[in-house]
Amino acid sequence: MVRMTELSHIRNFSIVAHIDHGKSTLADRLIQSTGTVQDRDMKAQMLDAMDIERERGITIKANTVRIDYKADDGETYVLNLIDTPGHVDFSYEVSRSMQAVEGSLLVVDSTQGVEAQTLANVYQAIDADHELIPVLNKIDLPAADCDRVAEQIEDVIGIDASGAIHVSAKTGIGIHETLEAIVKHLPPPEGKRDAPLVAMLVDSRYDSYLGVIVLVRIMDGVLRKGDRIRMMQNGSVHTVDRIGVFRPKMEAVDELGPGEIGYITAQIKQVRDTRVGDTITHEKKGAEKPLPGFKPSQPVVFCGLFPMDSAEFEDLREAIEKLALNDASFSYEVESSAALGFGFRCGFLGLLHLEVIRDRIEREYGIELITTAPSVIYHVYMKDGSCVELHNPADMPDMTHVDHVEEPRIKATILVPDEFLGDVLKLCQDRRGIQEDLTYAGSRAMVVYDLPLNEVVFDFYDRLKSVTRGYASFDYYITGYRTDNLVRMSILVNDEPVDALATMVHRDRAEMRGRAMVEKLKELIPRHMFKIPIQAAIGGKVIARETLAALRKDVTAKCYGGDVSRKRKLLDKQKAGKKKMRQFGKVEIPQSAFINALKMDG
Amino acid sequence: MVDDWKNGGFAIYVHWPFCQAKCPYCDFNSHVSREIDQERWKAAYLAEIDRYAAQTPDRVLTSVFFGGGTPSLMDPDVVHAILDRIRYHWPAANDLEVTLEANPSSVEASRFRGYAAAGVTRVSMGIQALNNADLQRLGRLHSVEEAIAAFAIAREQFDRVSFDLIYARQDQNLDAWQQELEQALSMAVDHLSLYQLTIESGTAFGDRYDRGKLRGLPTDDLAADMYHATQEICQSAGYDTYEVSNHARPGCESQHNRVYWRYGDFVGIGPGAHGRLSIGGGRFATVAHSAPGRWLTAATDGSTELHREPISREHQADEFLMMGLRLSEGIDTERYAALADRALPTEKLQHLSDIGMVELIPGNLRVTPEGRAVLNSITRELLSG
Repeated sequence: MVRMTELSHIRNFSIVAHIDHGKSTLADRLIQSTGTVQDRDMKAQMLDAMDIERERGITIKANTVRIDYKADDGETYVLNLIDTPGHVDFSYEVSRSMQAVEGSLLVVDSTQGVEAQTLANVYQAIDADHELIPVLNKIDLPAADCDRVAEQIEDVIGIDASGAIHVSAKTGIGIHETLEAIVKHLPPPEGKRDAPLVAMLVDSRYDSYLGVIVLVRIMDGVLRKGDRIRMMQNGSVHTVDRIGVFRPKMEAVDELGPGEIGYITAQIKQVRDTRVGDTITHEKKGAEKPLPGFKPSQPVVFCGLFPMDSAEFEDLREAIEKLALNDASFSYEVESSAALGFGFRCGFLGLLHLEVIRDRIEREYGIELITTAPSVIYHVYMKDGSCVELHNPADMPDMTHVDHVEEPRIKATILVPDEFLGDVLKLCQDRRGIQEDLTYAGSRAMVVYDLPLNEVVFDFYDRLKSVTRGYASFDYYITGYRTDNLVRMSILVNDEPVDALATMVHRDRAEMRGRAMVEKLKELIPRHMFKIPIQAAIGGKVIARETLAALRKDVTAKCYGGDVSRKRKLLDKQKAGKKKMRQFGKVEIPQSAFINALKMDG
Repeated sequence: MVDDWKNGGFAIYVHWPFCQAKCPYCDFNSHVSREIDQERWKAAYLAEIDRYAAQTPDRVLTSVFFGGGTPSLMDPDVVHAILDRIRYHWPAANDLEVTLEANPSSVEASRFRGYAAAGVTRVSMGIQALNNADLQRLGRLHSVEEAIAAFAIAREQFDRVSFDLIYARQDQNLDAWQQELEQALSMAVDHLSLYQLTIESGTAFGDRYDRGKLRGLPTDDLAADMYHATQEICQSAGYDTYEVSNHARPGCESQHNRVYWRYGDFVGIGPGAHGRLSIGGGRFATVAHSAPGRWLTAATDGSTELHREPISREHQADEFLMMGLRLSEGIDTERYAALADRALPTEKLQHLSDIGMVELIPGNLRVTPEGRAVLNSITRELLSG
């Protein structure tokens, strides 16, 4: 059993880094060098539990690990690392993790420099009053340029980087120095042991054996096994049945005291009942006020998920319900589409979140999906004064009853090498962006744009990567809602509207978008035995039109006695291939068209 | 099911697997071999005929077809022996058709008299093109002049002579094909097979195509124009398009191939030959070993069949549909319903009719000339499952 540690001998920290700058490798090295894990049990990216996290090099759920470190001063310290998600989609979750620790390692790749994601997370750390320790990683690589990167940290972030630690997480250089800096430079946590219990719910995950495992940081008071606890946001009461720390395997403890980070289980059935940022206290003699800063998580991006094979609808429901057990931030409701049949309209924290959920359904549950174009939440103000939240363009009310429409806006920060700046500015301009700032740090430009979220949720990041050959980094946060001239554009195929292809567009861009979409659809829909008009329309007015010519030749020249079996099997196979299409009236639309029709080349 | 095959007739296909050279577009089971023991092959064919005769008694024979390969490399004596044995086992229809595929070279023309004496009534000549550059590109060993000479000899020996051309070739334009077709029609007797060049995988053309090295093939639109022009030109010359790629003066259609398209029964004899046999209430698909050496040994040992599989009623209906719609006469919808245990899908038929692809006549479904160019799409719509 691990004993409770004096506050002065605890250090709690997180790691701030851009993707691929070596956060996970550094965490692995810290864990390994302190003997927390035996070498033979070591595997790469110890803290990323899900396959998808390991594979994509991203962190979705916060993880903690407790490291015992015997410092050069002869004392043994407890170091608690919270590995936070790094992606903008999870910025609220990141902010809570940041509140749970007192300092951060700011890890920057010494061959790359500061990136947009580093910035976003560093500001979160600064907001949480963190002490920051700059770490220049990958110094073993020939392209490392520590002086330049240190200078850039000072220029862009505005913190002293003269004492930055030079590290190669890969070879182990600088690991000892990093551990010493954590002990010397980061403040110990504060907290009162005899005060009422105040614990922050940092994150939670579902385990099929243990139920929900809750990560907690104790601010005040002491939490023990068997305690009756209350979640202050929803008032639910549970009995703690397990309490412990991660090293990184679960290890039971008697109690968690002020400044400590660990886990509890309490027979909680679903993650939905444990809200990130909530305050946990004792049922009796509990704290009077919850910790500040709690926000319920709100999906911002919506899309339809439909089973490719409509017979798999129930399987999809089961998969979504199971995933929802472990993810309180994603919402779902049954959607019925004339084009795609039954599916779910799902809400996500952002695009990455959407992709992760979609990948998990396809991979872990083996259900092939049709994903419709992502949409944001529009506020539709009606002439009678009411306001409708619009999650699906297909549900847009008749414009004659609509007074005005508001859409969410974001502030986007893009860091890009000078030579690509022109393309980036053009891209942002094309997406209805308003430039707010443009500064330089060395040969890199930092631009800040005010953009509509709906112009970003779809293929903005792909376009950005392609016009900058991958050298740009991008981050954003939502700033609020603003009125604009927004209309619903319908797509008609063979004179019938296809609900799953309806989109909200800015009126001034509708013709351009409409033309692009009908041209794209003309390529995506295979020729049929008859010609097919494809139109874009606003209300009853057609704004763009293409005609898909009829198929002219599809016949086997020779078919004799020896060909019968083979040709029949071939036709059967082609017929099975047609099942990947959606029958819409007389027209078959390939499932990929529902997403690809919206991709813009420019 | 009461003898569905009788609607289509009964035929025997004999496959001769050898060629002097392999053509780059051909995906048939053909082999180039220096020494062929014709006596041994004769014995093997006769043994096979005996075996199949035992399984299909009491049938009147509609047709025999020697295909390949290049069956005009067979000794006339072998052909004679095979036909004698067939006539010994099965009663023949009065108008029994016996076709042999021939290459139009002088060597083969010299054997035509022997084939006629053996009982061959019709030859089908693989002329393929009427200009020498294209013949070379198609890997053919004969010249246009040789072909015309061989064709003249064939006309003397046989009542009925057909020949094949391949079009939509590399660098061929619509004008050139129309002229070539007019010339072909001026030579023709009663029947023409006109095939659009199809790039099959596993052929030399297929490999070249996959490597992007087969240039100058017509676009789909040009190929479609060529197809429609072909139908019109043949029609105005008095040759009906009775099947997708086959044109004949009325009454001169290939009886043999019509057994396939009308979904009759056929025995397949020879390496890689396929058969369809209705036996004991079921219908079976048979396939023989395709390697010539293997088949030859198997024929001597007992059975050459690699597979014999029962065909489900549903698949029989599909095969009947797929083959039958190739014919301009179309299919008997009652016969389809009896095989499939259900009628063709009314709504789909109505749509196909609305867009001018098929003609709905009570009891009969036929594809229009427009529909024939996209027959695969039509068939896919109507297939079961």
